[in-house]
Amino acid sequence: MKRSLNPRLIKIAWPLLLLALAVAFPLIFTNPALVNIAVFALIFAGLATSWNIFSGYTGYTALGHTVFFGFGAYTIALISINQHLQGGFGIFLLVPVAGVVAALFAIPVGWVALRTRGHAFVVITLIFVFIFQLLAYNLRGITLGSAGLFLPGPGFGIDWFLLPYYYIGLAILVVALAVSWYIRSSRYGLWLLAIRDDEDRAEGLGVRTGISKLIAFVISAFFVGMVGAMYAYFLGVVYPPYVFDPALSITIVLMAFLGGIGTLSGPIVGAIILESAQQYFNIYAPTGFYQIFLGALFLIVMLLLPQGIVRSLARLWRAWRVRRGAGGSPVAPERQPVVVEKG
Amino acid sequence: MPLEFDPVTILDAVLAGILTGTVYALMATGLSLIFGVLDIIDVAQAGYVILAAYLSLVLEQSFHIDLFLGLLITIPLLFLLGIAVEVAFIRPIKRDRTQLSILVTFGIGLVIEGMLGVRFGTTERELDAWYVTQGVKVGNFYIAYVYIFAFILALALIAALFVLLYRTKFGRSVRALMQNRTAAQLIGINVERVSAITFAIGVALTAAGGMAYGATTPFNNNSWYDLITRLFAIIILGGLGSVQGALIGAIIMLVCSDVTAVVWSPIWSSAVFFFALVLLLLFRPQGLFGRLATRKQ
Repeated sequence: MKRSLNPRLIKIAWPLLLLALAVAFPLIFTNPALVNIAVFALIFAGLATSWNIFSGYTGYTALGHTVFFGFGAYTIALISINQHLQGGFGIFLLVPVAGVVAALFAIPVGWVALRTRGHAFVVITLIFVFIFQLLAYNLRGITLGSAGLFLPGPGFGIDWFLLPYYYIGLAILVVALAVSWYIRSSRYGLWLLAIRDDEDRAEGLGVRTGISKLIAFVISAFFVGMVGAMYAYFLGVVYPPYVFDPALSITIVLMAFLGGIGTLSGPIVGAIILESAQQYFNIYAPTGFYQIFLGALFLIVMLLLPQGIVRSLARLWRAWRVRRGAGGSPVAPERQPVVVEKG
Repeated sequence: MPLEFDPVTILDAVLAGILTGTVYALMATGLSLIFGVLDIIDVAQAGYVILAAYLSLVLEQSFHIDLFLGLLITIPLLFLLGIAVEVAFIRPIKRDRTQLSILVTFGIGLVIEGMLGVRFGTTERELDAWYVTQGVKVGNFYIAYVYIFAFILALALIAALFVLLYRTKFGRSVRALMQNRTAAQLIGINVERVSAITFAIGVALTAAGGMAYGATTPFNNNSWYDLITRLFAIIILGGLGSVQGALIGAIIMLVCSDVTAVVWSPIWSSAVFFFALVLLLLFRPQGLFGRLATRKQ
């Protein structure tokens, strides 16, 4: 059996190949309905990946990340309306600005929420979604309340107007993934994982837990804010219940869990599966069936595959290879999170 | 915005807050009890409330059974549902209970929401009876009898719960489990049985809560998102796992909301409470009566 390929090379080649496929996708499949689903899948994959940067690494389940989604969406809407911007590519320049605004708001929100731990943290982040939804409804002077804010139209060519959104979404996802990967392989990522495993011991060993958690929270919020801004421009309108949506918050968590929490590819796999399902149910199923499907999926994944699809499949694959005697370690040890210590 | 300070109106609002607060307390004590004993956060608790409200609706409209009488049917039904859910979905969660339980119970809530959506659609419903439409005038307000009846019922059920917790052998096991699960197991308490029954009691309490909620608030299958946030806010304020805390937290929350509604504006009714909660957490992260979350031994 010829096995001369360097594993390191495979490790680099796979993501590049996938990236190339992702870049080529809308050029090959030009069906707008399909590209539309792909844009949504990228949005959700971006959200799940950003969520993972904080919650996947620190073990603090945040159920309030749509707060920053909403900040991003409202920032881009308010700036483009107040500055009387015309549609077009210029508005995409506001996407990072929206991310920065979301990150700035994440500092006080994270500071308050991170004073609590465990269950209380989960609940308080969820409560924040409702606080800001309430504010968005009631501060009519700024947000126009339930009437919603309308962004300028894109004004791109009608037959390719999805493409800019697709590539901006892809770009945000790739950057978020790169940051996620970098954090994971850094000394800082090691701190976060130490917090996840045993916060008090980590603190005792000299990890500055408070500031580490807050930084991860803010980074995570930055990306969520950018995705929110992109989403707002894509939809063209911002309503309080759409962007400060508790169900969306929890869907993000399910996506990360479905694929595999704390892994890089997990949130993306989860987002693609869930988003396609959601589109399917929206179009073909009467009201209520999507919730039943989603709920049943939650139960199945949590109870049967708590490590997510990616890890479970990987384990099956290794077991199969071991059975065939095709090499690899015969014991097939559980793969631990790979961490590289630097400096 | 004009602030209005009419002492009679404010007293009325306080009274209304205490009446509704007790009903919320009933739902929140179930949640707090479940948290304390099983060490899980039951997101579906509000889903059971809405389910119970719909059950009361069906009993009232199709079988013409009085709302309060219908509780004799809905409470046992939800108790059985609680046992089934605990055995099928909660017990299998062995590790990482905090995270997984939230998602599992959220899944249960979604299934309930979806099924209610399939059966009843998303139109807003409201329970109806003579005591919902008629009431007494107190001060400047008109308080429907259902608030008073529900208040009495909730008080009675909470009292019964306290008797169960503090005067029976079963209650002693429950409190032992809340203090230390492993030690309780070591002295021979049947942890699985006590957990299942406690969970079912928590769910059964929502039957009464759901009926009272449905009679005082229009609801549809999505209402549980809003409700669960309020319940969470209550138990966070009171301190996770503290039954007394849930009781006091509920009353504080509802009085606070109702007073804000008359003094300031109804649209800001829950805002003041939420901000107060955030401020409290800055100084007392464990809530009013909670213990600080510490490292698991």
